[in-house]
This record gives sequence, structure tokens and C-alpha cells, in this order.
Amino acid sequence: MSAQLPTSPTEAPVQTNDILISVKNLRVWFELKKWGFSHVGWVRAVDDVSFDLKRGEAIAIVGESGCGKSSLMKTLLLLNRPHQGQIIFQGRDISNLKGKELKWYRSQVGFVQQNPYGALPPFMTVRRILEEPLLINGVKAKAERMERIRQALQEVALTPVEDFLNKYPHMLSGGQQQRVVIARAMILEPKLLVADEPVSMLDASVRVEILRLLRKLQQEHNLSVMYITHDLSTVRFFSERIFVMYAGKLVEQTHIKDLLSNPLHPYTVALLTGTSEPDAANAKHLKEVPPGEPPSLVNPPTGCRFHPRCPNAMPDLCDAKNPPTFEPLPNHVVDCWLYDGDRTAYPETS
Amino acid sequence: MHDQPLLRVEDLVLYFKTRRGHVQAVDHVHFQLSPNKAVVILGESGCGKTSMAKAILRLLPRNVSRYSGKIELNGEDVMGLTDEEYRTRVRWVKISMVPQAAMNALNPVIRVGDQVAEPAMVHLDMDKEQALNLAQEMFQHVGVPVDFLNRYPFELSGGMRQRVAIAMALITKPQLIVLDEPTSALDLLTQANIMNVLKTIKWETGASYILITHDIATSSELADEVAVMYAGQIVEVNDAESFFSSPLHPYSQKLMASVPKLYDDEQPDFIPGRPPSLLDPPKGCRFAARCHLRFEKCDQDPPTFVVDGRSVKCWLYEQESATVIEPAIVKGGVS
Repeated sequence: MSAQLPTSPTEAPVQTNDILISVKNLRVWFELKKWGFSHVGWVRAVDDVSFDLKRGEAIAIVGESGCGKSSLMKTLLLLNRPHQGQIIFQGRDISNLKGKELKWYRSQVGFVQQNPYGALPPFMTVRRILEEPLLINGVKAKAERMERIRQALQEVALTPVEDFLNKYPHMLSGGQQQRVVIARAMILEPKLLVADEPVSMLDASVRVEILRLLRKLQQEHNLSVMYITHDLSTVRFFSERIFVMYAGKLVEQTHIKDLLSNPLHPYTVALLTGTSEPDAANAKHLKEVPPGEPPSLVNPPTGCRFHPRCPNAMPDLCDAKNPPTFEPLPNHVVDCWLYDGDRTAYPETS
Repeated sequence: MHDQPLLRVEDLVLYFKTRRGHVQAVDHVHFQLSPNKAVVILGESGCGKTSMAKAILRLLPRNVSRYSGKIELNGEDVMGLTDEEYRTRVRWVKISMVPQAAMNALNPVIRVGDQVAEPAMVHLDMDKEQALNLAQEMFQHVGVPVDFLNRYPFELSGGMRQRVAIAMALITKPQLIVLDEPTSALDLLTQANIMNVLKTIKWETGASYILITHDIATSSELADEVAVMYAGQIVEVNDAESFFSSPLHPYSQKLMASVPKLYDDEQPDFIPGRPPSLLDPPKGCRFAARCHLRFEKCDQDPPTFVVDGRSVKCWLYEQESATVIEPAIVKGGVS
């Protein structure tokens, strides 16, 4: 880490573009050890992932559990260190930040956890929970802290504020707990909000409320949001772009409308057919689901990682060579050999 | 005999005693289920759906303060049986259950094959070898490789463990299987796979299901009938076709409107407020405080009205003329 790097946002280099965070060839590998020391292999949780996230943009990362989306998220929060590759935040590589600079970076990134009850310390009141980040980040004046706590609670619509300040997490409903988590993530006025399945623990009637709140905060504060989910149906209303992740790789990236109307990667197609819509006709036939399960990330399949389950797998190509990224349509990129040519739509299954 | 329902639940009541009073978890619930049908019990968390399943299976905790009503299975009243009779003659023989988060309910130190075989040894008087053979057959049924019999639960993925739990519920060939949130902790494609397994079993074995879930979209994969539960009461029982196109109760309408749809531009909506406490539920309609269509009469507890064979607990359906709801009313109320 060189000494001339700035330590606070005021000293950050002037931005020449509107990209907030740029991830380049990121690899997050975890070493597997036997008896604690002898190397036996790697878990390739995130393998060669690149993307840009613009200011004020919401992206959704969709994938099944074990596909590496949480590892990717934790790396962006610098809870894991990248094994290889770069994470450029506001024009500087943050992958090796330490000490004060790390603390500054973490104040720039808010985190909304999956399980609100598990994320809130049960012995702290709401006021104490929200005060903690301010204390850690040196907001010394008590009056200012209280003012910011009130403001944060108002933003997440926990009003009247006085009713909530002295409550403990167990006294709140699931939706209210999640609002407190969001308020805590927002209280330092971050530039990026990372939300890890923020609504999967909540009831259907509350989900939309929380997602709308996140959307509102994103638009009002020009926040960038990274929304991690496995539920495709909520993505459509709450993000602009969608990244589909499979076995540690981003296999398709595009705008949500394009993905729904013209999914390209066979895995995306499978996800879309696998998503249920409330319709009584569903009960009358079986769904088409690709056979098998996602591969182990210790020994992922050679070539394309989806080829053992893929209905369109081409022998000697898909199982041998890793597909590069093709861009068959503008702003719609896909890692699949099917698009090595002039094909621009998923082939009809015969 | 053909028209006899497999299960008839009448006036089922289950209250729990706590330090703060009586929790009215299941409050005068009626429904019935025909052979080879699946009824979905839809509701938010805390509405009493799991308590109702437990009441049907008589898997009750110690703090029950009131447990009454009538549960008829094939015309026989099972409420009158003693606990021992119920255990030997009904539970896992005629009704079995896949508990919530079943994949974590497996015993971590017993091989999954032995766990699946156990109900057959206890209830069908099989010896271990026969039971294991039957378990193997069940594994094929639910799509688990047969050599997994000798594995321990931690060696299986979540989806596979869920299948094992289903195999365990199936092994005694019960007529009715209660599925409590069978897919809520699973991934999308695994969910779709499990739903396929459940459908195939239903078609092949003629089993009936009670599916308890809060996931409306996934529930449509299995539903023949839908019962909506709110604050301990069933507020609507409707056949699936009519429920998913035009739900009757205002709560059901709001629930349906809260489901985000993949190919529909309409923004999903949420239901403001939160369900009432079951310690001291409101006197009148329990949904009234959150209802967009409430009127004066809602201060009184509505009876269950039957409209074209569908039942709904809402004053709006008191008059026969109200049998048809205009979609416009639904939409206007939602936006």
C-alpha cells in the first residue's frame, strides 16, 4: 500500500466517469488444507469475474446457493481478500486496504444482512444499534449522533421515532427489524449498499414494502445497490441490471428487460422456466428442470461449468474449452459457445 | 363411498397457554379434503398454519389449554382415540408429515437409509432388511441415488436431504401427507425439482397432501384447493383455478397482489399494518384493521358464507348478489 493514497473521501481523486466500483478478473479462492497445513486444493468460489457498477445503479446478482454470490459479496465488503484481480472503488484499488483506510472504505459500503434477527444484537436497543457505527467512525457530539439516528429512522419509516428508540430487536416484527438493519447500513451515508437476500426471511406481504424502501433510498441518495437473490421474480422491479452467476462465474449480464424477453444462457433459461407464477395450470404438468445439481467448486467441470446439465451442450467444445464472453446483442453479454457466431437468441428446443 | 372426503376438519380449536394469556393459534377451523387432492394452506408467519398441522397430527406441546373439534379420517372420528391408539393407528400409518426445514431435522449421526427405514419397522412390523429394501424403493421414487442409503445427512445436499425427508414420510404409504414448507429453504431449481417429485408421487400413488406454505407462486404447482389462513382462522376456501384468477376474500386479493410476477408490468403491492396478536384478537373481522374494503359491519365477526361452493369469511359476500366481484373493485382497492 503506497503512502500517497488518500484516506478520506474529500481527498479522493476527481472522478472522470460515473463508475463507482469496477471489478476486474476477480478471483476468490479458498485454500483447502489437510491437517491444517498441507495444501490439497482450492475452492474456486469466484473465478474470473469482471463487472462495473455505476453510481446510482441497482444490480441484482442471481444464482443458487453455492454459486459464489456470497463470496463475491463478502469480497466487495472486504471481509474476504481477493486471491487475484482488482476491485477499483472510485478510481483506486481497494483490495489491499488496511487500518484507517479499510475503516474508511467500510463506511462507504452499507451491508443489509439476510436474517435481520440474527444481524441485530439482542441486548442493544435500536438507539444503541444505530449509534454504534457513528461512535466507531468518530461522530463525537452526542446531539449530532441523536440527530442522525432520528433521521435514519425516519428514512426507513420507523415513525414516530420515539416509539422505536428504546426497543430491543425482539420487540419488533420481522419487517421492522429489517428496517433497522437498513437504517444501520444507511447511517454513515454510504455510496454502495450491498443487500444479501434482504427479504427472503420475510412474509410475502412485507417483502414488497422492504424492496420498495430500498428502491426509494437508492433513488433519493443516488446509491449504488448490489442486490443478491435467488428469486428472479422480485428482481424485475428493484434493479436495472441483472447478473446471472453459476458455479463461480458470471454467465450472463444484461438489463432486466432484455433478460426476461430474450434470455441467452441455457442456465438463465432454466432459471426462468423454473420460476413459478401463481397459476392453477402449473399443477397439471411437470416443470422442465435441468438434471443434476450445481458442481463442486473444488473440482469444477472442465470447459463450460454448466455443460453436464446443459440441454444444448456440444461435444468436444463445451466440455473442453471454457467459453469466452460473447456480446451477441448490445449490452447483453453471455459466456456460452452457442453465441460464437451470429446467433442472437436462445435456440428453440426440438 | 366414493364421495366421502378423506379428511374432514370441523370446528378445530387449539389454544396455547402462555404467561401472557391464551394464544388462539387455531380458532374454529373447518375444511375438508378429498382423496388424491392437495389443499394448500396459505398464510403469513404466525397465522397458525403450522399449529393447525400439528393439531391434525396431534403433535402437541405441553402448554395446550384447549384442543377440541372434530377430525374425521375416512369417516372415522380420530379425536376420540387415545394418544396410544392415535400413535399406532393414525400417525405415520394414515397421516405422515414432512416437518418444516425437514432437511435439518434428520438425525446427524444415523445413516439416512436407517432413518428412512425406521417408520416401516415401527409401524409395518418389518424386519430391518425388508425395511431397508422398502427404503431403497422409496429413494428411487423421490430421485435419490440408491447408494445414498449408507450416507450420513451431512454428506447430502439440501435438496437431497429434503427428498430423504419426503421418502421417510412416504414409506408407510400413508393416505395423507402434511408438508410444512417443503421447499422454502431450497434453491429455485431444487424447489422445482421437489415439486416435480411431489406431483409425480401424487399422480402415481393417489396420496393427498396438505401443503402449508407462504409462497403463493410455488404453491400453485401442487394446489387443487387453497385455504387461506389469517390470524388463526381460515378466511377462504376456494378451488385453485378460481383462487389464482379471482380470490374472494380481501386478504387473499391483497396477498395475490403482493406476488411479484415475472412477465407482468404491474407493480406488486404490500399489505400495510401487521396481523393482530393472537393473544387478544379483535372482536370483529380480524382483517378489518388492514382491509381496503371495510365497512360498518366488519365490527362483527363474519360467519363463513358459501358462494358457489367456495367459502369465504367476509361480510361482503352476505348477499347473494355479491357472488360476482368486479375485477375493477379489486384493482381499485389495491392501487
